[in-house]
Amino acid sequence: MRTLPAPAARVAERPRWHELRTVLMVWERELIRFERNRTRIVTSLSQPLLFLFVLGYGMSTLVGSTAGFDFKKFLFPGIVAMSVVSTAIFSAISIVWDREFGFLREMLVAPASRASLVTGKTLGGATVAALQGTIMLALAPLIGVHLTVALVFEVIGLELVMAIALTSFGVFVASRINRIEGFQVVMQLVLFPMLFLSGALFPLSGLPTWLTVLTRLNPLTYAVAPLRQVVFAVQNVPPLAAARFSATVTLFGYVLPVWLELVMVAAFALIFFVLAIQGFSRRD
Amino acid sequence: MTQLAAADTVASTRGAVTIDVAGLAKRFGDTRAVDGVTFEVRPGEVFAFLGPNGAGKSTTINMLCTLTRPTGGFARIDGYDVLTQPDEVRARIGLVFQEQTLDDQLTAEENLRFHAVLYGVARAERRARIERVLELVKLSARAKDLVSTFSGGMARRLEIARGMLHTPAVLFLDEPTIGLDPQTRALMWDDVATMRREEGVTVFLTTHYMDEAEIADRIAIIDHGRIVALDSPEALKAVIGADTVDLHTDDDDRALGRLRDAGYRAERVGEGVRIFTADGEGQVPRLLETVAGGVSSVHVHRPTLEDVFLHYTGREIRENDGEPTSSGWMRARRAARR
Ligand SMILES: Nc1ncnc2c1ncn2[C@@H]1O[C@H](COP(=O)(O)OP(=O)(O)OP(=O)(O)O)[C@@H](O)[C@H]1O
Ligand SMILES: [Mg+2]
Repeated sequence: MRTLPAPAARVAERPRWHELRTVLMVWERELIRFERNRTRIVTSLSQPLLFLFVLGYGMSTLVGSTAGFDFKKFLFPGIVAMSVVSTAIFSAISIVWDREFGFLREMLVAPASRASLVTGKTLGGATVAALQGTIMLALAPLIGVHLTVALVFEVIGLELVMAIALTSFGVFVASRINRIEGFQVVMQLVLFPMLFLSGALFPLSGLPTWLTVLTRLNPLTYAVAPLRQVVFAVQNVPPLAAARFSATVTLFGYVLPVWLELVMVAAFALIFFVLAIQGFSRRD
Repeated sequence: MTQLAAADTVASTRGAVTIDVAGLAKRFGDTRAVDGVTFEVRPGEVFAFLGPNGAGKSTTINMLCTLTRPTGGFARIDGYDVLTQPDEVRARIGLVFQEQTLDDQLTAEENLRFHAVLYGVARAERRARIERVLELVKLSARAKDLVSTFSGGMARRLEIARGMLHTPAVLFLDEPTIGLDPQTRALMWDDVATMRREEGVTVFLTTHYMDEAEIADRIAIIDHGRIVALDSPEALKAVIGADTVDLHTDDDDRALGRLRDAGYRAERVGEGVRIFTADGEGQVPRLLETVAGGVSSVHVHRPTLEDVFLHYTGREIRENDGEPTSSGWMRARRAARR
């Protein structure tokens, strides 16, 4: 078969780095929308704040402090993680709104690859989530959690990994949801159970077997633990408190190191990233 | 030599057809949404799909713009196959969908910049191009405003500007005037005419408004997924036949006699005389002369597309109050109200 000559050059060759620019543009849109929507920033802070102060103070009186280390300090990294996770999921799920209001069509019909669109969306959502989590760090002094510059950078890094994983997951879910109603279902059946079973709100040691199994099956568990471990590393945690408010996850009696937990989270991120791209590459 | 000649032929055929569709079909389960349509659209032409709700207009557009996979036939845009070369096709088409597809939390300019980047408009040309299309739809003054502050009409016009941003070969408009008031509709068609004049773009539009189809060079009447007629508006109307002129006179019998003597095809209808003739308006002076007095009223009726549509489909196009009932319309309204 003979190949046809190219038609008159109405359309210029696509510029170099076209896909990279697409990623950056989609990412930028997420940031513009985040920055413009201040009410969203405030409302998505309110939930973690409620958990931190109401649950924190409420439980502290019950649990008491162990060698001067109290439950609020234990809770703090978990709440930071919680705010990253819910922001990441919310950002990703905004695709469902884009679908409902048509903007998704504008993106999908563009001569850019689905991989670039998903990458931009994922990185954008993850950046917003990490920002939100980092804003939470401002509360650390109120709780008596000690911060160092190095710790802040470590936390931001871990937040990004966690956020990318959860945004990929959310984008994948969004690719399978066609209606806004489906979003409620996902929130009730996936996000809340994942948050509650992740060790964000209670120590993972000494749980009944069924709860231990559920928490270990939850990928979020391995994203929350590293965050708490790096925060605890620069606090003065007395040995008694360390035993009671354990920051680590044990699997089959083996204490998981931070790097292994990160590998697990990265694998989770990669799987859902690929599935998300596939989800948006379908054409009916 | 023969090689060259062959290549020339191919090139010129390509130049002569911007949209080339043959046997294009789409089934959803048992529904034949599009049931084998064949047509060509030439460069610079305005081509309209006219049809009632559910005729398959949107489905055809979705296939042409690579969003829906055909279940039969083929379609080429500017020589590129929608099935095998979707990226090439996408780079060469501008789209205005039935529902609004702007991000209303972004400004007009940001929406355009987003589009320019995704469509690979060279960085050096981006600014100038954005300014130009905004100017063409007269929205330059609102460039920095959030789209959420735009009226439905302004949003529509911004979408047309966006569709033209990457200098496409074809601009697709799927029921672009839905939910707009008549004045805004007129403005919008002005924009389309401007784009065609200034940018030489080929326009493919769907509508179920007769007057809108009228602006097209050629119209395909589509019903139940099939093209039942395809020609210029004039030629389509010519099929219906001559104009009719109705005269009311003092003495219809006398008038009828004189008209027939003068060689007109005429007959009595109710209280008056009806004459069948080409160019009814042009004939009025001569008719009055022939009847020679006593005429109290003259009414010239030219065949309309409405008549044409009725002729081919056996029904009026607007059986249910004229507005589309599909989810697309609900969506457009929801988006507009947001
Ligand atoms: N995704 C889909 N799944 C199943 N059926 C569909 C789908 N999309 C369209 N149809 C059906 O295909 C037919 C043609 O629909 P289409 O939207 O192309 O009509 P239209 O001419 O654009 O109508 P309208 O003027 O209401 O916009 C309709 O019967 C419709 O119900
Ligand atoms: Mg339609």
